[in-house]
Amino acid sequence: MIAALFKFRGGVKPASHKDESTQAPIARAPLPPRLIVPLRQSAGGTPQPLVTAGQKVLKGERIGAPESDFSAAIHAPTSGKVLAVEPRLLPHPSGLAAPCVVIEPDGEERWIDRTSVSYASETPDVLRGLLRDAGIVGLGGATFPSHLKLKPGTSGRIGTLIINGAECEPWITCDDLLMRERADEIVSGIAILRHIASADRVLVGIEDNKPQAIAVLRAATAQSAGIEVMPVPTRYPAGGEKQLIRVLTGIEIPYGRFGTEFGVQCFNVGTACSVHRAVELGEPLVSRIVTLSGNVEHPGNFEVLVGTPIDELLKLVKPKADTDRFIMGGPMMGFTLPRTDLPVTKAANCILAASPALFPPQGPEMPCIRCGACTRACPAELQPHELYWFSRAKNFGKAQEYGIFDCIECGCCAYVCPSNIRLVDYYRFAKSSMRTLERDKAASDAARMRFELRNQREERDKAEKAARLAAKTAAGRQAVVAPAAPASTPATPETTVSLPPLDEAKKALIAAAIARAQAQKEGVQPKNIDNLTPEKQAEIREIESRRARVRELAKTPPEEPV
Amino acid sequence: MNGSPHLHLPISVRLVMLKVLAALLPGIAVYVWFFGAAILVQIALASAAALAGEAAMLRLRGKPVGLFLADGSALVTAWLIALTFPPIVPWWLTVSATLFAIVVAKHLYGGLGQNPFNPAMVAFCISIIAFPALMSQWPAVGFTDFAAQMGVVFQSQSPQDAVTMATPLDALRTSLHTPEARATVAGILGSHATFGNIGGKGWEWIALAYLAGGLWLLQQRIITWHVPVAFLGVLALIATGFSLGNPERYAGPTFHVITGGAMLGAFFIATDPVSGATTPRGKLIFAAGIALLTWIIRTFGAYPDGMAFGVLLMNLCVPLIDMGTQPPVFGHKDGKRDGAP
Repeated sequence: MIAALFKFRGGVKPASHKDESTQAPIARAPLPPRLIVPLRQSAGGTPQPLVTAGQKVLKGERIGAPESDFSAAIHAPTSGKVLAVEPRLLPHPSGLAAPCVVIEPDGEERWIDRTSVSYASETPDVLRGLLRDAGIVGLGGATFPSHLKLKPGTSGRIGTLIINGAECEPWITCDDLLMRERADEIVSGIAILRHIASADRVLVGIEDNKPQAIAVLRAATAQSAGIEVMPVPTRYPAGGEKQLIRVLTGIEIPYGRFGTEFGVQCFNVGTACSVHRAVELGEPLVSRIVTLSGNVEHPGNFEVLVGTPIDELLKLVKPKADTDRFIMGGPMMGFTLPRTDLPVTKAANCILAASPALFPPQGPEMPCIRCGACTRACPAELQPHELYWFSRAKNFGKAQEYGIFDCIECGCCAYVCPSNIRLVDYYRFAKSSMRTLERDKAASDAARMRFELRNQREERDKAEKAARLAAKTAAGRQAVVAPAAPASTPATPETTVSLPPLDEAKKALIAAAIARAQAQKEGVQPKNIDNLTPEKQAEIREIESRRARVRELAKTPPEEPV
Repeated sequence: MNGSPHLHLPISVRLVMLKVLAALLPGIAVYVWFFGAAILVQIALASAAALAGEAAMLRLRGKPVGLFLADGSALVTAWLIALTFPPIVPWWLTVSATLFAIVVAKHLYGGLGQNPFNPAMVAFCISIIAFPALMSQWPAVGFTDFAAQMGVVFQSQSPQDAVTMATPLDALRTSLHTPEARATVAGILGSHATFGNIGGKGWEWIALAYLAGGLWLLQQRIITWHVPVAFLGVLALIATGFSLGNPERYAGPTFHVITGGAMLGAFFIATDPVSGATTPRGKLIFAAGIALLTWIIRTFGAYPDGMAFGVLLMNLCVPLIDMGTQPPVFGHKDGKRDGAP
């Protein structure tokens, strides 16, 4: 059965430049003098280091434990000695440092005990745990932990498994060569993934500019029922996960949703290969294929240990003299490396040497003329020029309303923009600003919540205290208020009832407290009249009695106007 | 930031504008063939005024003069002004109208990419309102003598009836509206010297040349099909409906589509990306609105051609049209949009 292809809108066709790096087979990069293995190499938290400086490690030994279920483990890429566990600069656009394990290889490449698992008799749960502990993440560039993608969704199982061999970015050929040379390993990995997901069918999408890979994979899958190799039209970004799923199944997965919810999930061919090695050979993910191309003498693909410094690799391909910078990833979505002594990570599919001749600098940015070229190129079917205005004006609410988070940052809009506007930079700015705002809002929400809780607590404490006092003075009230009642003007029953007992109690308490305070004051404070002559004291007494009379007069309200 | 992509198509605003200018050349050539070289002088006058106004405004606004002067956008405005004005209009009107377009309609609103109104159409509308007589002074079909034309343009001699005449649209409306005429559309079109086979002698060929240039722009993907198709289609549709209902009173679709500024407008004016709608459905609505307004003003209004007013009025509606016609985003075809960060 040949399934019909669907189309995705937009896209561009830059020159592919694949031939440069496909002339030679995959070579093994030599063991570098140092390996710098970042502990965080996938979404969802930084694994905790399991080793300390000075410790010996074997190849494949776990050196980073996954933090909860949301990240994958990290392993020693070779045997040797741990020199340090310290923050090092990572190859990431942020240019931030993060904890890395620095290993000095002993050159022996001694493996841990590798045990193969007979997957057919294992439950999906066990196998997912195995993938997590083997450090399997998406090798297409996003490095999302594969075991999470295989979790059954709320709305059922994964019916269709998509295997991504499209490799749409210009220059990159690591997947192409992997398919040509290790088709059997890929097919074995596919079988394991299919078993875990219990998928009915598997569609392998490969751009039609890779006829060799298509032929080899077709031959390798000829015996397996339910696996189809589907050539897809060469148009960037056909290898984008959402675009490939759309092309092969017609399903569109919106931002923030998992393919699983739609009964489909997508894995890179390299990931399938590493799944095979983890399950069948017991080898965790410690190396990957990296394309080294661009402005170099000997472009090609290399099997590289994770943690290998990039400058060690560059020695193998010899960048030409006019190289002005290095790009990690492809020219459409890659980023300029700040330095070349940074390590290769599981995400590093390509290192490109750039020169002004290969990647000419763009002209000056002009105003947007709303020509709509970006809209026609956008595979997410957004209105990039509108998002540009909103991002530029920091009108983030509108940007979100117009779907800025659906932007996959593929770069098609900026590629076609006649005004040379670096559109994707504007979107990155808007998205990160919004995420920061969201974090700040969450923080201030939490602070407000704390404040409100504290107020409530205080109110409650006050009420409880009052209740306690009321109970305590219930007797006192009887003693103070009740005897006073007959002495005062005969109270009507209503007024007695209407008086809140708490108020009565309070008044009594206050009166008692004042009396106590006065008594205390009188008892403690020496009076300035104590040591006076009798005459003076008599005078004072006289004055005091006069004052008392006046007070008495003031207390009794005048019966009638005087 | 200087992130991805690291690749860029060899394309620029300048290239887009130059292609638009190139697409106008066939129309200009046919124009010269039928009405003499005066139009070239007008184009030169408008271009000089536009570049001068542009340079002065860029300098005042502290923008890089060379960069923006070279983008070609001022020249597109200038050429459209020259091509929509009568070719023997006095030089000072061309110059002042162009300056108004560049200084007020373009730069006072923020320059390239910011103007809500089509600058060339602003120039046309203020001129036809302020100087209706001069703006109706079209050369007669045989009046191609360059020296005589220049005499009119530089006002060393006053235009006589022999050298000027009304445009087909003007003639048609005047004939239909003057009480003594009691003419029918067929009668006027058949009798009058102004009218060629379809939409005015000479003008129908110029229109076809504009059509050729416009189709080339379409092939070059500088413009999309939406605006020309919707504009010409709706204009033809309305004209067909009314002329079927009362053929003596209303001109037919071919006349409306070929005559006046229809073809130039369909491919070169209503397609201005800056002041037009941007979404596919929005472009259809925008162009259909212009067609409707053009037909109404042509048929019932006081001005000979309604295209310019139609464009400006629809320019006003663009923000609303764009807002109301946002197409669904990938994965949100069900109409819901939930994009939390």
